[in-house]
Amino acid sequence: MTNQQESQGSSSTRSAASEANDIPPIKAIKLRHPFRWIFAAIIVAYAAAFVVDAAINRPVYDWPTFGKFIFDKRISEAALVTLELTVLSMVLAVVLGILLAVMRLSPNPIFKSVAWFYLWFFRGTPVYVQLVFWGLLATVYPVIFLGLPFAPPLLEFPTADVPVFWIAVIGLGMNEAAYMAEIVRAGIMSVDKGQEEASTALGMSWTQSMTQVVLPQAMRVIIPPTGNEVISMLKTTSLVAAVPFSLDLYMRSRDIAAPIFKPIPLLLVASAWYLLFTSILMVGQYYLEKRFSRGATGMKLTRKQIREAAANQEESDD
Amino acid sequence: MTENKIITELVDVPGKSEFMVKAERVVKSYGQNTVLKDINIEVKRGEVMCLVGPSGSGKSTFLRCINHLESIDGGRLYVDGEIVGYRQKGEKLYELKPKEAAAQRRDIGMVFQRFNLFPHMTVLENVTHAPIKVRKQNKAKAIERAKELIDRVGLSAKLNSYPAQLSGGQQQRVAIARALAMEPKLMLFDEPTSALDPELVGEVLDVMKALAKSGMTMVVVTHEMGFAKEVGDSLVFMDGGVVVEAGDPRQVLDNPQHERTKAFLSKVF
Ligand SMILES: Nc1ncnc2c1ncn2[C@@H]1O[C@H](COP(=O)(O)OP(=O)(O)OP(=O)(O)O)[C@@H](O)[C@H]1O
Ligand SMILES: [Mg+2]
Repeated sequence: MTNQQESQGSSSTRSAASEANDIPPIKAIKLRHPFRWIFAAIIVAYAAAFVVDAAINRPVYDWPTFGKFIFDKRISEAALVTLELTVLSMVLAVVLGILLAVMRLSPNPIFKSVAWFYLWFFRGTPVYVQLVFWGLLATVYPVIFLGLPFAPPLLEFPTADVPVFWIAVIGLGMNEAAYMAEIVRAGIMSVDKGQEEASTALGMSWTQSMTQVVLPQAMRVIIPPTGNEVISMLKTTSLVAAVPFSLDLYMRSRDIAAPIFKPIPLLLVASAWYLLFTSILMVGQYYLEKRFSRGATGMKLTRKQIREAAANQEESDD
Repeated sequence: MTENKIITELVDVPGKSEFMVKAERVVKSYGQNTVLKDINIEVKRGEVMCLVGPSGSGKSTFLRCINHLESIDGGRLYVDGEIVGYRQKGEKLYELKPKEAAAQRRDIGMVFQRFNLFPHMTVLENVTHAPIKVRKQNKAKAIERAKELIDRVGLSAKLNSYPAQLSGGQQQRVAIARALAMEPKLMLFDEPTSALDPELVGEVLDVMKALAKSGMTMVVVTHEMGFAKEVGDSLVFMDGGVVVEAGDPRQVLDNPQHERTKAFLSKVF
């Protein structure tokens, strides 16, 4: 259909062009943009000067030390810890964020206000402060009781027994959940109201229409900004020093730098690793976004779905 | 009357009441705005009732009350002899639990102006989803039954297409099949052809005509007066939240008694 239209279109332009063959084309001198070139040259010159200067004139960058530590085992292990922190706290944040968003949109006024209060608190205070607080948890609540309020506890254990790594994950994840909740809420609200109505009319419960109809469609809106949050979280993990947790990339490179008095090359080492991970995540995000913005009216199809649909089309045409 | 009722029940009707829908003095308000004022409507089993009226007269609201997407504020509304949304014990009414309300809704199919198909599911999945997830039907059986229904609305070739790949008329036919897959005893249509290009209206009306012929009880909000005359057993004209005129569609449409009906019909034709 489209092909036909296109070929018709081009043939008509061709005939118009052949009629217009004897009219001489415009031969004008192109407008020049000399200032663009001058600006570009100045910027490039400055950048080159900076790079040359960094390579030759700045011994504190200490590139040999950078080279020595960039693939140091302690550094790569710390980079792995940073990745683990990122992934685990994001998993916690996504799960909790969905829960909070659903609570905020639910008809139950208690759920609504609990979710609202959570968002108010965790978005209203700095992550760094929250992480310090989580670190002090054992001082404030030396023992954690699990069970019903005002009833004998089912389970109790000393707070100090919780590994610092997990304290850091909880601290990061619970803060991020507040932001994820808003992303998920925007996603849910982007789904047409008629979807919930249609599923309710079919006899689905509220939970069923949420999980089977609304959330799958909301994903299209939720996933791209979530990719952003992952990249942001990767760098936020450097704040776990506040807990204090010291095995992540940033703290590990500080600890290596301290006894040898070489903070700057090791900061560069850490930055290089952060940049590497961020670049990988950016590539991943690019593909995710492409995948979720494909198609035209409402529904975005994956390549597999398009292939299946095409196969069906052929079948029914036969 | 009583005798008559008993006889009809004994003869061919397995359900509980002669009337599939019965509204007695139904009132519905949104805050200060009373949208339905004292609505009395009866729809017999197997009857096709058309509901017409100007925009804002409360037609959609009434349909939504019938399957309890909205709850009413006064009067009584019965579907198949059961009070919608409540359980009566002695003099008192008890609000149904969400689960019980959902169970009531299952038996009532609804078709929307804007189709509201699930865009992330194929045609087949749209039709089988509720039977499998809500009615807990066996998957193979649900698929077989869905294929039959999709065939009935003439879309066998589109089983694995997504709604976005279908025309409006095709989408609406899938929506009808989706509602029928729940084996409803009553079908509600809220302006099913209003969002369609004129050349696509016919294919949807044809499906609805066939459905009416098969004996389905239907309440249809529509501006298609031709359909109302041909298929409708009764017609109700609503305006400003009240029933202005009701009766045989041909009589009401060709020879309206009330000024308001006349004014409306002169604008529609
Ligand atoms: N959820 C709601 N909250 C508040 N007011 C509402 C709501 N739904 C409908 N109304 C109001 O109720 C009145 C009746 O609306 P309804 O949708 O039932 O009319 P209708 O007859 O279906 O009109 P149309 O032909 O435009 O679909 C309107 O005045 C509308 O503004
Ligand atoms: Mg309406």
